[in-house]
Amino acid sequence: MTTELLYLLVAGVSVLVVAAIFFVGLRSKTRAKTPPAPEAPPREVPAPEAPVSEAPAPEEPPAAAVPPAPAPPKISVADRFSRGLAKSRLVLSERLNLVLGKDRLSEDDWDEIEEALIRADVGVKAATKIVTKLRTSKPAVSELKAALRDEMVSVLSGRQRQLAMGPGVTSVWLVTGVNGVGKTTSIAKLAHRMKAEGSSVVVAAADTFRAAAIDQLGTWAERVDVPMIRHDPGSDPGAVLFDAISYAKARDIDLVIADTAGRLHTKTNLMDELKKIKRVAEREAGSVAEVLLVLDATVGQNGISQAKTFQEAIEVSGVILTKLDGTAKGGIVLAVEQELGIPVKAVGVGETLDDLQPFVPGEFVDALLADS
Amino acid sequence: MAADGPYNERMFEVLGERLEGVFKRLRGKGRLTEKDVEAALREIRLALLEADVALPATKQFLAGVRARAIGDDILKSLTPGQQVIKIVHEELIRILGEKESAIRFSSHPPTVIMLAGLQGSGKTTAAAKLGNHLKKKGRRVLLVAADLERPAAIKQLEVLGEQAGVGVHADHEAKDPVVVARDGIERGKMQADVVIVDTAGRLHVDEDMMDQVQRVHDVISPDEVLFVLDAMTGQDALLSANAFSERLPLTGIVLTKLDGDARGGAALSAVTVTKKPIKFAGVGEKLTDLEPFHPDRIASRILGMGDVLTLIEKAEEVVSKEDAEKQAKKILEASFTLEDFLDQMQQVRKMGGIGDMIKMLPGIPGVGKLSDVDVDEGDVKRIEAIIRSMTPQERRDPRMISGSRRSRIARGSGTAVRDVNDLLKQFDAARKMMKQMSRMKPGKGRKGGFPL
Ligand SMILES: Nc1nc2c(ncn2[C@@H]2O[C@H](COP(=O)(O)OP(=O)(O)OP(=O)(O)O)[C@@H](O)[C@H]2O)c(=O)[nH]1
Ligand SMILES: Nc1nc2c(ncn2[C@@H]2O[C@H](COP(=O)(O)OP(=O)(O)O)[C@@H](O)[C@H]2O)c(=O)[nH]1
Ligand SMILES: [Mg+2]
Ligand SMILES: [Mg+2]
Repeated sequence: MTTELLYLLVAGVSVLVVAAIFFVGLRSKTRAKTPPAPEAPPREVPAPEAPVSEAPAPEEPPAAAVPPAPAPPKISVADRFSRGLAKSRLVLSERLNLVLGKDRLSEDDWDEIEEALIRADVGVKAATKIVTKLRTSKPAVSELKAALRDEMVSVLSGRQRQLAMGPGVTSVWLVTGVNGVGKTTSIAKLAHRMKAEGSSVVVAAADTFRAAAIDQLGTWAERVDVPMIRHDPGSDPGAVLFDAISYAKARDIDLVIADTAGRLHTKTNLMDELKKIKRVAEREAGSVAEVLLVLDATVGQNGISQAKTFQEAIEVSGVILTKLDGTAKGGIVLAVEQELGIPVKAVGVGETLDDLQPFVPGEFVDALLADS
Repeated sequence: MAADGPYNERMFEVLGERLEGVFKRLRGKGRLTEKDVEAALREIRLALLEADVALPATKQFLAGVRARAIGDDILKSLTPGQQVIKIVHEELIRILGEKESAIRFSSHPPTVIMLAGLQGSGKTTAAAKLGNHLKKKGRRVLLVAADLERPAAIKQLEVLGEQAGVGVHADHEAKDPVVVARDGIERGKMQADVVIVDTAGRLHVDEDMMDQVQRVHDVISPDEVLFVLDAMTGQDALLSANAFSERLPLTGIVLTKLDGDARGGAALSAVTVTKKPIKFAGVGEKLTDLEPFHPDRIASRILGMGDVLTLIEKAEEVVSKEDAEKQAKKILEASFTLEDFLDQMQQVRKMGGIGDMIKMLPGIPGVGKLSDVDVDEGDVKRIEAIIRSMTPQERRDPRMISGSRRSRIARGSGTAVRDVNDLLKQFDAARKMMKQMSRMKPGKGRKGGFPL
C-alpha cells in the first residue's frame, strides 16, 4: 500500500474514530441521564399540546383483541391460502423425507437436516440449535419427523398473535419497515380485513417521501373504500398522522392505519423521524395499539438486524411477513421470535386484498420444511 | 487491492481468528492433509452462510477454494490462516468479476435497457438512477413505464423521470405492458439514445407473469437485460436469479440497497447461477445513489470486513490530499485539537451522515463493533455548538478550560455544564486512544492493532 493512501485513510478514518469514541462514551452517559434537551418542539404538532389522554399502564384493560381473521368468509381466500402457505401441508421436502425415513442417521444426514433449515433462511445459529436439541432428545426413528416439526413449532408457541385495538375509541396501527417490503400493500389488506369485520377505518398517507407513494395508497384506499388523509409530497409525516387521528376522533372512527416511508434501519436520522411519528400518535390517540414491522420473506440474516433496530427505536408489537407466495420461506422469523420475542401477526401471500392470512406456527413450519 | 495491506489484516480478523485457531492445532505436523483443509473450509462455509450466500453457491465456492488450498503449500506460511483468507478473498473477487463492467451501448441507437426482478427490489428507482446517470453523460434518455400492476407505478416513474430531467413514455389507459414497451421503443427511436424499460415486479414462480416479461423482452430486443436484486435477500436469491435467467437472456445484475448493513451474500448466489456480472450498486434512495459495482468491496463485505474502501473513496471526494496528510500527521503526533475535530466533523458531514460513516469502519479494539454505535444527530449538533462557543485558544488547548470558562461555554452554546464536561472528558479519552494507536506500528500485532 502506498504511503499516500495510508495518509488518506488515516485522515478520513481518524475523525470517525474520534467521533465513534465520543459517541460510545456519550451514549453510555446520556442514556442514564434525563433525555437530552429536545430541540425545538416537534414541528409536526401544529395544535397546542392537547392534554395527553392517560397513557394506559401496561397492565391496564386488556386491549380489545381482534379475532385472528376467523376463517375468512370468501372461498377465494381459502383457495389462495392453499396456493400460498399451506400448499404443501405436511409434505416434507423430498430430501428431508428421505433422510428422516432412515433407520439410522449418519453425520451427513444430520447435516442434511441442518441444511434444509439453512436453505429456509433460519440461519446457521438457530439451525444448529434446533438440530442439536433434536439429537440430544433422541427421538425414536419413527417419530423423527414429528419431533423436528414439534421442536420448531415450540420455538413459535405461546405467543399472542392477535392484532390489538387500543382502549380508546380510536386506535392507531403504525406500519413500518425497510424499503420495498410490502408496507403499503399490507395496509390495504389490513384495512380491507378490518372493514369486513365491521370496523371503521381511515388510512394515513404518512409516506410523504417516496415518489407517488401517496397515490399508491390512494388507489388502494379507493379499492377498499376507506377514507385516506393525505398532505403534499415532501410534507411532514407526523402532521399527516396528526390530521388522520383528529379526523378519526371527530367521527368516532375505530382505526387509523398509518403508512410510513420505507427506511433502512441503519439510518439514524430516519429512525429518529419514526420515533417522532410514533410520539405524535401516542400523544393524539393515547397509545399506539400496534407497531407493525413488515418483513419480506425473501430477506436473509439481515432480517434480525432490521427487527432489532426497529424494536429498539419504536418497540415493535408484531411482524407482518410478506411475499410468502414465492419460494422464500421466511425462516428468519424463527430467530426474530426467539431472540426478540416479537410475534408474527399476519402473513402476506399475494398482491390482492384477500392475500392476508393469520400466522399459524404449524402451517408455517410445514411450509418451511417442504420443497419450494 | 491485494489482501496484504496492513489494514486488511485487521479487517480479516473475525474469520482470520477462527482460522488461526484451526491451524494452531495443526502446527508442527509438517504437512497439511486434506482433512486439515476441511476444518478450515468449515469455518469459511459458516462465514459465507452467515453472509447469506446460498447453500449451493457456498458449496461450489468451497470446492474452488479447496482445490487451490491443497495445491498451495499454505502450511509453509507463518500465518496459514491469513493465507487461506487471501485465497478466499481472491477467489471471491474472481467470481464476482475482476473489475467493474459497464453498460454495452448498441451500435444502432437507441440502446435498449430492460429491468426485471421481484417485487420491491428497486427496479423503478434503478431505472431512474440509470437515466439520471446516462443523462449526465450526455445521452438523451427515455424511460418507459411498463409496470401496469403496482398502483401508481406509472406515476412513480413519471415523478422520478421529472426529477432526473429525462423523458418518460407512459400510457395511463394501457392494459398490456407489451404494447407500452413497443410504443416506448418506437418513440425512443425518434427522440432518444437510450431507452430504459421498467417492468412490474413478479415472482419467478408466477408462470403468467414470467410469460409476460418474456413477451416484453421479445418485442423490445434489449441490449441490456438487468436483473435487479435486493442486497438483503437471503437464500432465495439463487432460486429467483436462476429462474429469471432461464426466462430472459440476462446481461447483468443491479444490486440495490447496499447502503444498509446487509452482508450481501446474495451477490455471490446470483452471480454463481447467472454467470453474469453485477454492473451497478444502489446505495440510497436518491437518484445519485448509484455506483459502479466494485467486486473487491463486496468480497470484503461478505467476509465481514468493514467497507473501508468506500470510506476512502468518499473521503477523497471532500478532503484534498494535502489536508489529509496534514491531519494524519497531527493524529500520529497526537497534536489533534478540538478545532481539527470540528473541521473534520464538517468534512464527514459532507461525506454523509456521521453515523453511516462510522458504520463502515471495521471495528476498533477496546471500543468494539462500530456498527452498533448509535450516533444521534442531536448529539452532533450539540458538540458542534459547544466547540463553537470556545475561543480559538481554548479549542487548541482544552486543558485551560476552567470551571468559569465551562459555564460560559455552556451558556453560549445553550447546553448544560455537564455536557461541556462530558465533551472534554471524551475528547481527552479519544486523544489518549489516538496516541496509543499511533504508537503501534501499522502492520504489526493483530491483537491490539488499529486497522491502519
Ligand atoms: N407476491 C407478493 N408481492 C407482494 C406482497 N406484498 C407486497 N407485494 C408487492 O411488493 C411490492 C412492494 O410493495 P409495497 O407495498 O409498495 O411496499 P412498501 O414497503 O410500501 O414499499 P416502499 O414504500 O417503496 O418502501 C409491490 O409490487 C407489491 O405488490 C406479497 O405478499 N406477495
Ligand atoms: N435505501 C435504499 N432504498 C432503495 C434503493 N433502491 C430502491 N430503494 C427503495 O426501495 C423501494 C422499492 O423501490 P422500487 O424502485 O419502487 O422497487 P420496484 O418495486 O422493484 O420497482 C423504494 O422505497 C425505493 O426508494 C437503494 O439502493 N437503497
Ligand atoms: Mg410504501
Ligand atoms: Mg416498480
